[in-house]
Amino acid sequence: MLKQTEGSHAVAEAVALCRPEVVCAYPISPQTHIVEGVGELVKSGELRNCEFINVESEFAAMSVAIGSSAAGARTYTATASQGLLFMAEAVFNASGLGLPIVMTVANRAIGAPINIWNDHTDSLAMRDSGWLQLFAETNQEALDLHIQAFRLGEELSLPVMVCMDGFILTHAYERVDMPTQAQVDAYLPPYSPRQVLDPAEPVSIGAMVGPEAFMEVRYLAHAKQRQALERMPAYAAEFKSIFGRDSGGLLHSYRADDAETIVVAMGSVLGTIKDTVDEMRAAGDKIGVMGLTLFRPFPSAQVRDALQHAKRVVVLEKSFSIGAGGILATNVRTAISALPIDTYTVGAGLGGRAITKRSLHALFRGAIQGKLEFLTFLDLNREVVDKQLAREAQKRRSGPIAENLLRDVGVVAAKIV
Amino acid sequence: MEKPFAITLDPGSSLANRTGSWRTYRPEYLDRLPPCNAACPAGENIQAWLFNAESGDYEKAWRSLTVNNPLPATMGRVCYHPCEGACNRQHLDASVGINSVERFLGDEAIKRGWKFVKPEKQSGKRVLVVGAGPAGLSAAYQLALLGHAVSIYEAGPAAGGMMRFGIPKYRLPRDVLDSEIARIVDLGVELRLNTHVDDLKQAMAEGRFDACFLGVGAHIAKRAYIPAGDANRVLDAVSVLRSMEGAHEEEMKPLLGRRVVVYGGGNTAIDVARTAKRLGAEESIIVYRRTREKMPAHDFEVEEALQEGVMMKWLSTIKEAGEGELTVEKMALDENGFPQPTGEYETVAADSLVLALGQDADLSLLGKVAGLVIDQGVVQVDAAMMTGCPGVFAGGDMAGNDRTVTVAVGHGKKAARAIDAWLRGGKYEASPKPEMATFERLNTWYYSDAPKTVRPVLDIIRRQSTFEEVLGGLDETNAQFEARRCLSCGNCFECDNCYGVCPDNAVIKLGPGKRFVFNYDYCKGCGVCVAECPCGAIRMVPEEN
Amino acid sequence: MSYQPISFYQTGTFTVGNRLLAPDERSVQAQVKRYNSLNSGHRACQGCGEALGARYAIDAAMEAAHGQLIAANATGCLEVFSTPYPETSWQIPWVHSLFGNAAAVATGIAAALKVKGKHDVRVVAQGGDGGTTDIGFGCLSGMFERNDDVLYICYDNGGYMNTGIQRSSATPPAARTATTMAVGAEPGNPFGQGKFVPAIAMAHDIPYVATATVADLRDLEAKVLRAMEIRGARYIHILVPCPLGWGTASGDTIKMARLAKETGFFPVFEAEQGVVTGVLPIRKKLPVEEFLRPQKRYAHLFGKQPKVDVIAKLQALADRNIRKYGLLGEEH
Repeated sequence: MLKQTEGSHAVAEAVALCRPEVVCAYPISPQTHIVEGVGELVKSGELRNCEFINVESEFAAMSVAIGSSAAGARTYTATASQGLLFMAEAVFNASGLGLPIVMTVANRAIGAPINIWNDHTDSLAMRDSGWLQLFAETNQEALDLHIQAFRLGEELSLPVMVCMDGFILTHAYERVDMPTQAQVDAYLPPYSPRQVLDPAEPVSIGAMVGPEAFMEVRYLAHAKQRQALERMPAYAAEFKSIFGRDSGGLLHSYRADDAETIVVAMGSVLGTIKDTVDEMRAAGDKIGVMGLTLFRPFPSAQVRDALQHAKRVVVLEKSFSIGAGGILATNVRTAISALPIDTYTVGAGLGGRAITKRSLHALFRGAIQGKLEFLTFLDLNREVVDKQLAREAQKRRSGPIAENLLRDVGVVAAKIV
Repeated sequence: MEKPFAITLDPGSSLANRTGSWRTYRPEYLDRLPPCNAACPAGENIQAWLFNAESGDYEKAWRSLTVNNPLPATMGRVCYHPCEGACNRQHLDASVGINSVERFLGDEAIKRGWKFVKPEKQSGKRVLVVGAGPAGLSAAYQLALLGHAVSIYEAGPAAGGMMRFGIPKYRLPRDVLDSEIARIVDLGVELRLNTHVDDLKQAMAEGRFDACFLGVGAHIAKRAYIPAGDANRVLDAVSVLRSMEGAHEEEMKPLLGRRVVVYGGGNTAIDVARTAKRLGAEESIIVYRRTREKMPAHDFEVEEALQEGVMMKWLSTIKEAGEGELTVEKMALDENGFPQPTGEYETVAADSLVLALGQDADLSLLGKVAGLVIDQGVVQVDAAMMTGCPGVFAGGDMAGNDRTVTVAVGHGKKAARAIDAWLRGGKYEASPKPEMATFERLNTWYYSDAPKTVRPVLDIIRRQSTFEEVLGGLDETNAQFEARRCLSCGNCFECDNCYGVCPDNAVIKLGPGKRFVFNYDYCKGCGVCVAECPCGAIRMVPEEN
Repeated sequence: MSYQPISFYQTGTFTVGNRLLAPDERSVQAQVKRYNSLNSGHRACQGCGEALGARYAIDAAMEAAHGQLIAANATGCLEVFSTPYPETSWQIPWVHSLFGNAAAVATGIAAALKVKGKHDVRVVAQGGDGGTTDIGFGCLSGMFERNDDVLYICYDNGGYMNTGIQRSSATPPAARTATTMAVGAEPGNPFGQGKFVPAIAMAHDIPYVATATVADLRDLEAKVLRAMEIRGARYIHILVPCPLGWGTASGDTIKMARLAKETGFFPVFEAEQGVVTGVLPIRKKLPVEEFLRPQKRYAHLFGKQPKVDVIAKLQALADRNIRKYGLLGEEH
């Protein structure tokens, strides 16, 4: 059924259609509308057989989820940013225990400085946690990926993070095609846990494992996660057969068949990139796009196949590994390392900085012209940065960086000083 | 269930980890010797029969008791219960009333008609027992249980010895004594009364006896020289008490008069003074040369006598018995605690004087027994109660100076077991005594406070005028309460503490009556079970390697 | 108190079992076929109070739940010694997640059971004092305030023993630990710090809060059984001496717990809906020195010149407990 609705609410409805049995929530922007939506469905009785638990922290949220999942309940939670980091220990634990929890991450920057706006630093900080990570391009895809996430996670007995851009998707009202309960039921079988806490068959879950077996445990976790690379396309195909649309899968190439330049990105920014590419194609540029849906496990072979004919690849990512460079770019570069392709890393949209078509035009033009440096930041205010660097060079105690920058760009009145 | 590798484990699989290898010390169960048992002259396993009484299985308790002593109803009245003096519970509140429970069991057995079980096989050996006092009855009982044919030759007209002829009825009703003797006779023991043995060798030959036990008692009163006028009645305690047992009681009662003086400080003196009171004496006075503290009589008996109006004259010796009065010299204790004459005299009015100065055994029958040695009136025996003459054993008053019914019963038992061994051509070896269950071995925190049960006492008027039993018995409720006061020193009472407190579940409970065993596969040797065993029935010993 | 002491039995009144009692009146631990939820072969130190307390408590909970029990366990000694790969000592469904989240994991399990209609399956969470009063306190408080249907059992041995005896907020004053060394002007753990979580649990007005020690098994079992009669958040705080951390002989574990209780150093009571409803009275009151002296962690108080002032302050703490909870009641 087509409806015009907020991204968060679309996700809440989709999650409800998946018949979760335990949902735990702790509020953090921009995730709030999702759990509010699910909570209302539970409280109103629309979503039955579901325990909605208001917990005291994200750490507790993930911990409750661990408990309920281990006891055999289909479990869902959502978080963002600081919340994801606050639950980090439990995030690793959930995957280590092999519990198929589904969690929405409404992607948001990490402080300090505190910032509520969108980038991917939170999810990518958890890239080694053992969770599967899916990135949604649109609200429709966010909705669809949640349904697929339960299927995938429960099949592999691994937890899945569905990442959607905070505010840009969560708070955007768009038209979505909301599936029926019958469709979802046809696609998603009831949760049949691989291991469960059950007095009829008692086991000890969560043993202490020493050097004699720990490496093997890690290897097996890796091998298990890699199975998603086969499952995900299969489930996407099955999804299409029931729901009638392409959604999910590992990655999606756009006008890339003959592209000399391929832009790689994740999430909602793909829309802007595709618009820009369309315009550049119209102008005769051989440019295309590869949008990555599955970030973990990283589909290296498929990425290599998708990029193998390009001359250059521009990885535009809303994340950055301080002191090292791009995170997505590093993964891409590793995947195509055997190929003679120039790979550029572009940090973009950090902390919610708008990514405009104009800036993208300039960026891609520069890449095509060979003027792009290998690591750049889109729309970086060089003047402000240079000033601060100069200040720091002069004086060791040069004051808080964030405030200095804000002052320089004029957001904070200079007279306060 | 698909169990992830290493992270998820099968239940209880730690049994594969034998933590017993950590141990440097190992716990071991043992039975230590409870102080009551150690103190019992009859060698009763008191803790064991209290254990059965605690659970209300009185017959089992009685059977356990009578393994060592066939006379519990009697013993529960006349024993001076050294067990209670040794009882560890006295350090908590008061000793367990062992004697009162013993009496309860004895009375219960008479009431219920419990009998001893005859042995299945007879040995074909014949044993003569001389004297039907406590030593002889005990020996006869044990010998009969061992399958020997036993004959008791008793010089007197009734069995019981000093229990009948020395202990007043108000302490031991005769129906109780008769019942317990009858039960022994019922085992097939031949009892010949009025049969005085003059020549042991001849008696044994005539009866074709293979061995004999002598338990003739000490019935001859010791005399002291006291100048006495003709008119004064001077009697001895043994005769007085014996005369109370006449067939025709009223006729035979001794004539003691209104004012009776008893000379001596032992239990017999007390018995006579109290008997005199009951016979109507207005004054019954005990004269003793030392102080109350030095009196050989038991304090509780002195106390009971005083309650009944018996008077005491300490630090006094009788110098002369005159017409209706006695001359008494005051004494004083010297620095060593011995009484010394002071030269001060006084007179005490008395219609009769009863001497209670001790007794001797009549050893005339032993004249022709080769090898038998008598020293200062006491027959000498070895550790197995055998005299210098092979096959002739002795016990009771004639074979020791500790002359109580309980000692005699103990002698009889010990001699019987030695006779049995001797008849089989062996030598009786008592099993070695386990180490003592001292108070320090106990963890008394586990026992709750419980005051001793007081036995009912006959009212004072009836005590001064009748021979009714003074001390009452316990009923079932308070007998069980009293039994349950037992700390079970040194002997497992299945409290489950070791089973419960082991952090490694390394104690296996075998079920009721079967106690516990350690599972050394998992016992780490921490010692918590030892520390928390209430009764000290576990010890730690070093591991050998 | 929550149970009727068997006053007419003189021997065995305070012992684990009693052959004189009817079988249904005997303790869970006295049964030949008890659950042994924590099985032999675990790697706890000799004389471990926590291993003992855990078996006491979980077996009682199993009894109450007719074997339908799931446990969540915080990281700590109990977890480490019971479940090192490839062996577990647990005979019940058991999960270990993290150090600080046992209460929340248990909430999740309870929620799952509820939604699945498994009302007969009960949930316990358990952890040491570090996992309970410190790192797990947030999750614990959350579980309390939501009144989740979980019995949380804290095994308090007064420190982080698993990591090498460091101080926790349950470490008593003056005690030496690896992070409160017996040096300087105020040796050992400072006075005026720490918290008593049973009182904080009561402040949540949860249905049931109790303290217990491994020295009073019947009391402990009665409290677990009582707690299991109730639905909602329940908390039992059990004092479990640690021979390693306290510096006591391995055989003295129960004795030390007894001394903690008999000196008033550790109050044993129970409370419902935030109100104290009973105390386990001191049977034979002892000076706190009796509790302190056998412990090496207090050895610095008993040198050549005993620190009488510090001992007096500890005595004052015990006296305060005695007054506050009325610990000198009549013996039942």
